[in-house]
Amino acid sequence: MSTIDHLVYMANQIARELGSQCPGRPVAATRDHLRQFWDPRMRQAIVAYLDRGGEHLSDTARDAVALLRETAERAD
Amino acid sequence: MAWIGEQDLGTKAVSAVTSATVTLRIDGQDVAVPEGTSIMRAAALAGTDIPKLCATDTLEAFGSCRLCLVEIDGRNGYPASCTTPVAEGMVVRTQTDRLAKLRRGVMELYISDHPLDCLTCSANGDCELQDQAGAVGLRDVRYGYEGQNHLVAEKDESNPYFTFDPAKCIVCSRCVRACDEIQGTFALTIEGSGFGSKVVASQNDSFLDSDCVSCGACVQACPTSALIEKSVIAQGTPDKAVVTTCAYCGVGCTFRAEMRGEQLVRMVPWKDGKANRGHSCVKGRFAWGYANHRDRILKPMIRASVEEPWREVSWDEAIAYTAGEFRRIQAKYGKDSVGGITSSRCTNEETFLVQKLIRQGFGNNNVDTCARVCHSPTGYGLKTTFGTSAGTQDFDSVAYADVIMVIGANPTDGHPVFASRMKQRLREGAKLIVIDPRRTDIVRTPHIAATHHLPLRPGTNVAVLTAIAHVVVTEGLADEAFVRERCDWSEFEDWAAFVAQSQRSPEATEALTGVPAADLRAAAQLFATGGNGAIYYGLGVTEHSQGSSTVMAIANLAMATGNIGREGVGVNPLRGQNNVQGACDMGSFPHEYSGYRHVSDPATRAMFEQAWGVTLDAEPGLRIPNMLDAATDGTFKALFIQGEDILQSDPNTHHVAAGLAAMECVVVQDLFLNETANYAHVFLPGSTFLEKDGTFTNAERRIQRVRKVMEPLNGYGDWEIVQLVANAIGLDWSYTHPSEIMDEVAALTPTFATVSYDALDRLGSMQWPATEAAPDGTPTMHIDQFVRGTGHFVVTDYIPTDEKTGPRFPLLLTTGRILSQYNVGAQTRRTDNIAWHPEDRLEIHPHDAENRGIRDGDWVGLRSRAGETTLRALITERVAPGVVYTTFHHPATQANVITTDYSDWATNCPEYKVTAVQVAISNGPSDWQQSYQAQAERSRRVLPEAAE
Repeated sequence: MSTIDHLVYMANQIARELGSQCPGRPVAATRDHLRQFWDPRMRQAIVAYLDRGGEHLSDTARDAVALLRETAERAD
Repeated sequence: MAWIGEQDLGTKAVSAVTSATVTLRIDGQDVAVPEGTSIMRAAALAGTDIPKLCATDTLEAFGSCRLCLVEIDGRNGYPASCTTPVAEGMVVRTQTDRLAKLRRGVMELYISDHPLDCLTCSANGDCELQDQAGAVGLRDVRYGYEGQNHLVAEKDESNPYFTFDPAKCIVCSRCVRACDEIQGTFALTIEGSGFGSKVVASQNDSFLDSDCVSCGACVQACPTSALIEKSVIAQGTPDKAVVTTCAYCGVGCTFRAEMRGEQLVRMVPWKDGKANRGHSCVKGRFAWGYANHRDRILKPMIRASVEEPWREVSWDEAIAYTAGEFRRIQAKYGKDSVGGITSSRCTNEETFLVQKLIRQGFGNNNVDTCARVCHSPTGYGLKTTFGTSAGTQDFDSVAYADVIMVIGANPTDGHPVFASRMKQRLREGAKLIVIDPRRTDIVRTPHIAATHHLPLRPGTNVAVLTAIAHVVVTEGLADEAFVRERCDWSEFEDWAAFVAQSQRSPEATEALTGVPAADLRAAAQLFATGGNGAIYYGLGVTEHSQGSSTVMAIANLAMATGNIGREGVGVNPLRGQNNVQGACDMGSFPHEYSGYRHVSDPATRAMFEQAWGVTLDAEPGLRIPNMLDAATDGTFKALFIQGEDILQSDPNTHHVAAGLAAMECVVVQDLFLNETANYAHVFLPGSTFLEKDGTFTNAERRIQRVRKVMEPLNGYGDWEIVQLVANAIGLDWSYTHPSEIMDEVAALTPTFATVSYDALDRLGSMQWPATEAAPDGTPTMHIDQFVRGTGHFVVTDYIPTDEKTGPRFPLLLTTGRILSQYNVGAQTRRTDNIAWHPEDRLEIHPHDAENRGIRDGDWVGLRSRAGETTLRALITERVAPGVVYTTFHHPATQANVITTDYSDWATNCPEYKVTAVQVAISNGPSDWQQSYQAQAERSRRVLPEAAE
């Protein structure tokens, strides 16, 4: 598994779990998890992947990464 | 053998808290003791040692030797003081002419059948028989020495660590009782009767071939040299002792390191140790020979390329080279291109320094620890639900449990000393529920049988725990009063509604989990209604793609049944390595400072910045698997590894090797040239736990002192080596003793606020949180409220792992460890423990073996999507059909060639416990194993022209 494939897999896995654990806010919870536990280069890589289409991201993961991008842009 | 310099009070203590006080008179002196205390103990407490042989204060009174007779006013005869309890107003005489005559008569009989070789006996000066012969004034033996005797009985030297000499045995049964009462193995017995009575192991087997687990309890209990350590025979009796803490598993046994000069003679479990209460296992008691093993590297070494042989250099050159390489790499590739790994085998102080080196010195948070691959889900799960990343109880708590649930843990192998305490409670009548794919030893062991063993299919923990919760909720067994008072009620309602859904029921999930619904339902009912319910779990919980979810499911179950916040209950992770709890506490994770505070928290960061005089990175760093990914991507170039062997211990060996090979500087600080060192450029020789001061924190949050008993053979304690590196990269550290490091930890970590070496020396140990509110520590957590306020119920939906069986890989592999070996085996393989486990074997069910034409002992190929290795088969019904199992103690097997990249969703803890595999007959080691061995041998070359 390449690094980006690994990151996509992880993001989908997190989104899937938090989808049931945080039914009211799965997207924000996934974003928060990525923000809390992923090193910046990992976050940049998954955002770049989304920018390229994010083909293999699940719906929740895709929305979470988009939210992550927005959060990062606002911070900049 | 008795503890040198420690008083033996003869019989066990009776709790002064729960018992009334009784006053009696012994030899004219008034003595007040708790009701139920023996006369022998009361006398000893008053300073009068009554002669004894079969009595010792770690065992129940036995009353067989007849040496401890006393006279009691108003009572006939001469009762044994060990078995006679005190009574109010009792008047006792322990020394009279009549008693002296009786005792001499008893002693004459013993000595008439005992070798008179005291001067050459290995126990000379440390022998209770010798002492008691003196105490009773024995001057002659009227029976002579020529009668029938046992003096020519054959000595059993089969055990690597101790001998049994029947000629020296007085058949006091202390060894038998120690094996029964303390260890709980019941391997020894007295065979025959009268003069023919003798101690035998199992069915008159040699000790090595018997059921004996070599815990050493019998040796410790023996009053003569009948059972004695071979090290004492070789070196003589010790003359001093230092109390320190074992460096093996997370039980954290304290030992007296008994020395003769600078030479360690033996490790004897310390009676006052609060984790082990005077007991030990084969590793801590005996397997310390690695400290002086010939493989140990004592000089620093460097090389520009891993293709080159090592070159021995001075410490100055090695440290300067290390610092230069890290600075060069950061200048070329950026500050985030380097990182480090702390060790769960090193002390808290050393771990704290490594993470400080990385955060303060390297300027990033790329620090991780081996908890990544074991209990990181415990940290996440318990912090989320309870508010603290640790277990809730002390080990003593198990004595108050009524129902013990063991999930994914093999305590008799992994945590043997705690397992013995658990077995004591089970023999007293507590019920046992085991949830494990394997029929581990605790399921059925002498005088213990699990009420329920739920042999679930690997990977279905969440489904099973949710089904248990389903029974609790739908049958009205939840402790709603507890939940209303202590937890968030609305979250509970959401969770209860979720688990109550019909698809979560035992019946609906039976086909999925493999657990018969009726068994699961009965187990759930027992846990919820059986009194104090205590959950103990291990890596069979955490090392799954849903490891964190399983931990939270356990926490949910404990809260729902009200089993939190008092003795006898709780959620208890059985930690793997000696200081894995401490390594996590000390800030070894890339997102947390010490005390589990996130690096993004401005207030916490400001505190560290002020103390360390630098601006700290607010972003989380890389975890170990992410470091390896980044290395193969070219953004991570240098790694400082203290006391870990990630090439052998971490999953998917090929990927780990690729990551290490892609780095420009790998530094390994260790005792031996481990597997990871095959890819290292700098080797910094480490020191053993015997050679340095510090602290370890065990699975019950207990901080205990590690005390230096000898000078480090390599020249430095590991904390000193890290300080040398730190100063070489420009920091200004000036620690002169590890106590100063702990002072810094305490100043920066609220949960360690009152911890200091002075406090530890005074109290013996402390369980964090140790704060102004609880300055001596906190044995039981969450008593009045959870650390996070209200307990947090989390809905844990079962999501199957993506690691699937199929036609190519039809079996499920799960991995684990065995009693005699420890993790990657670097230490225990270099001891005589190798006698019990010389190689990793593949356990396979007879049906699966027969289908493949495999016979016991055959070489078999074990193949997964990740890789292939070979090892020999062990056919056993311990594993269920469809499941195979192996250990990972031997690098020749490299079981982690097989394991995959799948990991826990929250923490990346690898999914070691579920790998789809195929097994087939093989001719011997695979091509990969042979090439790996050749590469390892090449890598370990050291230039003969060693530089000084």
